[in-house]
Amino acid sequence: MAGDTHALTIAETGMPGEVLPETATGPRSFSWWGMVWLIATEATLFAILLASYFYLRFRHGVEWPPEHIHAPKLELPLIMTAILWSSSYPVHLAEKGIEKGNQRRLKWGLAAGFLLGAIFLFITLAFEWPETLHEFTPRTNAYGSMFFTITGFHLSHVIIGLSVSLFTQFRAWKGAFDERRHVSVQNFAMYWHFVDVVWLFVLLSVYLSPHLE
Amino acid sequence: MTTVVEPGPKEELSEELDETWHAPRGLGEWISTVDHKRIGMRYFYTGMVFFVIGGVQSLLMRMQLAGPDLELLNPEAYDQLFTMHGLTMMFLFAMPVLSGFGNYFVPLMIGARDMAFPRLNAFGYWVLLGAGIFMYSSFFIGQAPNAGWFNYVPLAGEEFTPGINIDFYTLGLIFLGISSTGGAINFIVTIFKLRAPGMTLKRIPIFVWGELAMALQIVFALPALSLGAILLTLERKFGFHFFNTEGGGDPLLWQHLFWIFGHPEVYIVALPGFGIASAVIPTWCRRPMVGYTYIVIGELAVALVGFGVWVHHMFAVGLPNVTVSFISLASFMVAIPSGIQVFAWLATLVSGRPKLSTPTLFVLGFIIIFVVGGVTGVMFAAVALDQALHDTYFVVAHLHYVLVGSAVFPIFAAIYHWGPKMTGRILNDQWGKVSFWLMFVGFNLAFFPQHILGLLGMPRRVYTYEEGLGWDALNLASTIGAFMLALGILVTFVNWYTSKARGPVAGNDPWKGETLEWYTSSPPPHYNFVTVPTVKSREPMWDQPELAEGFQAPPDGGRSLTGGHVTLSTSMLDARPQAVVHMPHASPWPFWLSVAMTVLFFFLLVEWWILAIVAFLACVSGMVGWYWPRNQTQET
Repeated sequence: MAGDTHALTIAETGMPGEVLPETATGPRSFSWWGMVWLIATEATLFAILLASYFYLRFRHGVEWPPEHIHAPKLELPLIMTAILWSSSYPVHLAEKGIEKGNQRRLKWGLAAGFLLGAIFLFITLAFEWPETLHEFTPRTNAYGSMFFTITGFHLSHVIIGLSVSLFTQFRAWKGAFDERRHVSVQNFAMYWHFVDVVWLFVLLSVYLSPHLE
Repeated sequence: MTTVVEPGPKEELSEELDETWHAPRGLGEWISTVDHKRIGMRYFYTGMVFFVIGGVQSLLMRMQLAGPDLELLNPEAYDQLFTMHGLTMMFLFAMPVLSGFGNYFVPLMIGARDMAFPRLNAFGYWVLLGAGIFMYSSFFIGQAPNAGWFNYVPLAGEEFTPGINIDFYTLGLIFLGISSTGGAINFIVTIFKLRAPGMTLKRIPIFVWGELAMALQIVFALPALSLGAILLTLERKFGFHFFNTEGGGDPLLWQHLFWIFGHPEVYIVALPGFGIASAVIPTWCRRPMVGYTYIVIGELAVALVGFGVWVHHMFAVGLPNVTVSFISLASFMVAIPSGIQVFAWLATLVSGRPKLSTPTLFVLGFIIIFVVGGVTGVMFAAVALDQALHDTYFVVAHLHYVLVGSAVFPIFAAIYHWGPKMTGRILNDQWGKVSFWLMFVGFNLAFFPQHILGLLGMPRRVYTYEEGLGWDALNLASTIGAFMLALGILVTFVNWYTSKARGPVAGNDPWKGETLEWYTSSPPPHYNFVTVPTVKSREPMWDQPELAEGFQAPPDGGRSLTGGHVTLSTSMLDARPQAVVHMPHASPWPFWLSVAMTVLFFFLLVEWWILAIVAFLACVSGMVGWYWPRNQTQET
């Protein structure tokens, strides 16, 4: 049965007259729900991590960042924000494209999203972190530990997203997806949007909130 | 090719299903199986082995405490024993065994052919085994975790515990969390999407609701523990600052993170136990549960309110009064949904015709013990009393009444109630009753005196005490009770093994139960059901004659769903059929991935970074192998 299921689209169930689709996308598929709950638990992880940041901040006292560290510079992070958030749009186009069977849009959308995410990763590793490390490191104090742990957690999710994107693109080039079979694309898109939304909260807490008196 | 099969006799359908679902025997099959029943049995047996290990640890501690000034154990050994006892009973016994019953019975009770993610299921088991071996390997070098199961800093920090004891704890729990999270997501999706046609929300068995409530709690509570463990690892191994005051950290952050997880954990262990009670009682009382809706809402309410009470473990810390009052109120509130369930069980028992079989006795024992633990729990919600009794044996007594009450006794009820379904043989009822009375009397003898010891001021976690404090007799009684409890447990183990081989054959439905697991044979075939039944009632086996009277050909007997390795996907609210889903076949990759991860965690532990990278690459190879498209499922 294994090899030829690709040719099929509908199945009879043994109930007279009942014919059901053999493909499922969105809320009809199991893996879509799996992704929803994976994101739920990951979102909780980030929420607790950011809550820990504010817990340490408010337990610490007035001076934040402590020990004469400057509040983070914002130029580079805001550029990175623009790049990361703009990566969601081509991924969205790719998903909508394959829902209509548009292979070209799928491939180009995924590729563009990947490129923008990779640029974000590159800027962080090549400029943002090295510059910050000049001023403080994770071992300097709790502020430094939190700064790198939070941005590092987010960055690890970017890396996971990029890996899944590569795998999805590989399969897209092999022609695995069409208008009825594309739940993997949907799941990747959902995950990628989640990574972008989390960045909003990272930006607000780690980069912007230290500027508030 | 999926085709409709002419309604024919059972043998014809079974033969076809056997061919599709059967996998070749041998070692390869043993490591690659994804059958939820075999995985459920593995969870069950593995959890029981850890139960024995954790039990032996507690007996050693009780022997040390049997009289004043004994020297069986030195203080360091005692620290390691009580820490590993707590970790084992919570994470390696209660959660795996309750997940095991869930794994085995949720698909059967909802009329599915497997869990939603069979490979994730297999992976979850192997990771549990790997994490258990990882944590227990610490004993071989004499450096088991030794800062208590809640592992407070600064004691657990680098400065005061420089050895690798605590690293076994943090890395082990991060590792185990992967298994629990995957398992929880699997339960949620299975219960949302794989219910038999017609099993609307209001027809879901209460046990399944209990497993759902447990899974939801794991999804939202476990990240706090995993995060705490990650932060502590970063602090201990890399010199980050989160919990040490020198670097601007705060030790209280650990307490918050631990208990944000730790209090829901109590309900993670209790809610499936409640569910078992609600599965056993109707069958043995010959009537539906009283107040189905209230019980379900009660379970979900306990799960929800359980997130708002963690600070009641920290009343003695010196937090602001407003915080403490709020949490105190929320803690009192937990009594309401729990009480509703207790009254619903009692009402069902009183208004039915209860048969005092072994499962009924264990459920009655559970109710009594849990109510005692609940009452002391309400006492602890009062801040003044909590501060007076904090860290005394009263706490030890309370938590054992709650946890043994709500997990161990329901598990033993389930062994006698569901054992026949799992092994095909009925357990001996006489020996079951002997086991129950030994356990019930032994438990109360072991733990009731500890209330008094706590009131007399005996602190918990001391490895010995002096003569003449008035604690001697009560401690001796407690030790005798512990051995009696152990003997009772042993009786059930012997009963299980002898009955498994020689007990009376169970048949499909030895107890005339009401839910779908009794519709199929004992033990069920790979595919669970020859025909996927259509559910029209909350107690389908009682109300639907076409099910109660054994197999009937489709369409009356349900859907045949032959011609492929398939199960049905149904809508979440009203369980209308939506799609035919091709299920993954057996695969060795989950096993390979978990082995690679176990090795990875050992290298992280000893800080061999190069080899850790190699192991990480092996993990990546496992994931690629797992997800490599082979056109076996339509979930692309």
